[in-house]
Amino acid sequence: MTTEAPAVGSEAPEVLVSVRGLKKHFPVTKGALRRKVGSVRAVDGVSFDIERGHTLGLVGESGSGKSTIGRTLLRLEKPTDGTVVFDGGDLAGLSSAALRKVRPRMQMVFQDPHACLNPRMTVSSIIGEPLVEHLSMSSRERNERVEELLGLVGLNPEHANRYPHEFSGGQRQRIGIARAIALNPDLIVCDEPIAALDVSIQAQVVNLMEELQDLLGLTYLFISHDLGMVRHIADRVAVMYLGRIMELADVDDLYEHPLHPYTRALQSSAPVPDPATEATREKIVLEGDIPSPSSPPPGCVFSTRCPEAVDRCRSEVPVWREVAPGHGVACHLVD
Amino acid sequence: MNRPTPALRVTDLTTRFNTQDGTVHAVNGVSFDLADGEVLGVVGESGSGKSVTMMSLLRLIPTPPGEIAAGEAIFEDGDLLSMGLNDLREVRGGKIGFIFQDPMTSLNPVVTVGDQIVESLTVHQPTRRSEMRARALELLQLVGIPSPEDRLRSYPHELSGGMRQRVMIAIALACNPRILVADEPTTALDVTIQAQILELVKDLRAKLGMAVIWITHDLGVVAGLVDRVLVMYGGQIVEDAPVDELYADPRHPYTQGLLASLPSATSRGQKLVNIVGQPPDMRQSPTSCSFAPRCPHVFDRCHGENPQLLAVSATHKVACWLDEVPVLVGTAGATTGEGGDHDD
Repeated sequence: MTTEAPAVGSEAPEVLVSVRGLKKHFPVTKGALRRKVGSVRAVDGVSFDIERGHTLGLVGESGSGKSTIGRTLLRLEKPTDGTVVFDGGDLAGLSSAALRKVRPRMQMVFQDPHACLNPRMTVSSIIGEPLVEHLSMSSRERNERVEELLGLVGLNPEHANRYPHEFSGGQRQRIGIARAIALNPDLIVCDEPIAALDVSIQAQVVNLMEELQDLLGLTYLFISHDLGMVRHIADRVAVMYLGRIMELADVDDLYEHPLHPYTRALQSSAPVPDPATEATREKIVLEGDIPSPSSPPPGCVFSTRCPEAVDRCRSEVPVWREVAPGHGVACHLVD
Repeated sequence: MNRPTPALRVTDLTTRFNTQDGTVHAVNGVSFDLADGEVLGVVGESGSGKSVTMMSLLRLIPTPPGEIAAGEAIFEDGDLLSMGLNDLREVRGGKIGFIFQDPMTSLNPVVTVGDQIVESLTVHQPTRRSEMRARALELLQLVGIPSPEDRLRSYPHELSGGMRQRVMIAIALACNPRILVADEPTTALDVTIQAQILELVKDLRAKLGMAVIWITHDLGVVAGLVDRVLVMYGGQIVEDAPVDELYADPRHPYTQGLLASLPSATSRGQKLVNIVGQPPDMRQSPTSCSFAPRCPHVFDRCHGENPQLLAVSATHKVACWLDEVPVLVGTAGATTGEGGDHDD
C-alpha cells in the first residue's frame, strides 16, 4: 500500500479500540439451587489500546484469560466491569439492537477450522451468511461477492459449492478468514488462528493475514501462545498471566528488553529451532503450575512461581506503570 | 564399520489402513537404526506417518483396519513384528516404555497414581507389594513430583497436566526400559510446563542412559533435545541426519522449506517463506516422490520414481533425486561438490 511511512511528527495514530479496567468474572455455582460459591477471575482489570491498522499480540499460557479478552472485546461475553471503547463508542452500555449495528465491524477468526464451519453448509453459504444477515444484496450480488472473497483468500472460486470436509485444514482456515472479512470489518480478533495447523501451512495463513491487513486496512488482536509467530506479526505485544497483563510494549522492545520476570521466563521457555543456540542459551525453568484463577494468590499473581519474588510481591499487588514511552509493566522489582 | 549393534533396527516397515475410502498408505518402507542411549527425534506434520511408525513397532495399531504389510524390527534378537504376543507383552511397557500426548486419556481415572505404577511393576517385575510401593515412591521422586508420598494416593484428576505427564514418565520408566518412545508428550502442555518436562527428560536420560525416540512436530523442541533427527513426509523418511547437520545443511527440499518457513527475529515486515500446496493424499500408492507436487526443484524423474533414502555422507541420508543425480540438475545450491557426497 502507499501509506507505509509511520506517522512520525504528525498526529498520533488513531486508536480504534480502547480497553480500560476490563474485568470478566465467571460465577462458580454449587448445588441444585446454583448458589454462587465463588468466581473465576478470567480477566481481572486489564487496560490497553489498539491503533487502527495495527496488530496487538496477546500471549500467555492456557488459563491466562487471553481468549476471554477476545470474546469480551466483541461483546460475546458481557464484561463484569470496565469499558471497551470501539471507534469512539462504549460497547458495554449498548442495547442488543445497537450492538447489532456495530457487530459487522468486528469479526473473529477461530482456532479450530474444523469446529467453526457448519459441515452441512456449502462454502458459499458459509461465507454468504453474514452478507444475508447484515446487508440486503440480491443473490447475484452475493454470489459475486463470495467469489471475490474466495479469490482474496487464495481459494478457487469454482469451489464455492463444496462442503468444508472437502478442504484441508489450511484451506478451511482460509474459509474462516473469508467469512470474517465479508462485511469489511475494522477489527478482527484472531484467537489462535494457526495453532491447529501444520508448520508448513502456518506460514501460508500468516502471510495471507498480513496481505489482507495491508489491502483492507484491518486491525488485528492476535491471540497466540507462539511467541515466534507473534514477534513476526504483531506491532505491540501484551503478556498475560492469570487474568492480568504483566507487560505491554512494542514488539522489538518486548523481545529485546523484557522487564517482567514472567516475560523473560516465557521467552526462555520457548524452544529455539537452532541446535547451536539451544546448546548454549541460559534457560529459566519456572517451577510449579499456574494457580487456579478461582483462587489467585494475594499480591502479585505471579509471585508463587517468580524466581525473583520478595516478601512485598506476596502481599501487595503491583501497580501498572509506564517505565518508558509505550512500555508498561506490573512488577515491584522493575525500577 | 565397527559400530555396535543398535538397540533397535527397523527395516522396510510398511503399514496400511484399509478404509472405506480406499487403502491409506500410512508408512511406506521406513528403515532406521536406534543406538543405545541415543535420543532420536522424529519430525513430521500430521499424517506424515510418524506416530503410526512407532505404534506399528509395538503392534499397537488396530488390525483391521490397520495392517503391517512388510518389514522387520529387530530388538534384542527378536523381531517385534513377528514375535508371539506373550513375548511382545514383555517388551511393551517393560523394555520399551511409552508416553503419549494426552496423559489424561492414558491414565486410568479411577485408579490411584501409586497403583498404576505398581500395576506396571506387577506385570513385568513382580516382587513383594511393599517393595513395589517403595519403587513407585522412588519413581515419583525421580520425575520430580512434590510430596510424592501424598501423590501416591492421588487420582489423575487431582493433578495438573504437567504432573500427569510426569506420572506417565514414571510409569514408562518403572521397569528400566532400554528404549523410551515419546509421542508428542509436550504438545498439550503450556510452554513453561513443556520446558520443565524437557529438562526432566534430559536429566533422566543422563542418569539412566536409555535411548529415546521423541516424536514431535516442533522443530524448536528437536533442536534442544535430540542427537539425531528423522524427517518424515508422506509416510516415508525423507532425511536422516545428526541434529546440528540437519539445521546447518538441510538437504531435502521439504526440510529446507520447513526450516525456512519459521518466523525469526528479523522476519518482521517480510513474507514468510512458505511451502506451497497442501499435504499429500495418503490414499495414493507411493510410486512417485510424495513431495513432488509441492517441491520447488521438481523435475521429471520425481513424478516417475519414488526416491530411496540414500547416504550422502557417513552420517546423513536423504531421499531425493536431486542428491542422487546432481549432474542432471546442475548445482543450484543442492550440492556443494564435495567428493564424498555421492558414494554409489
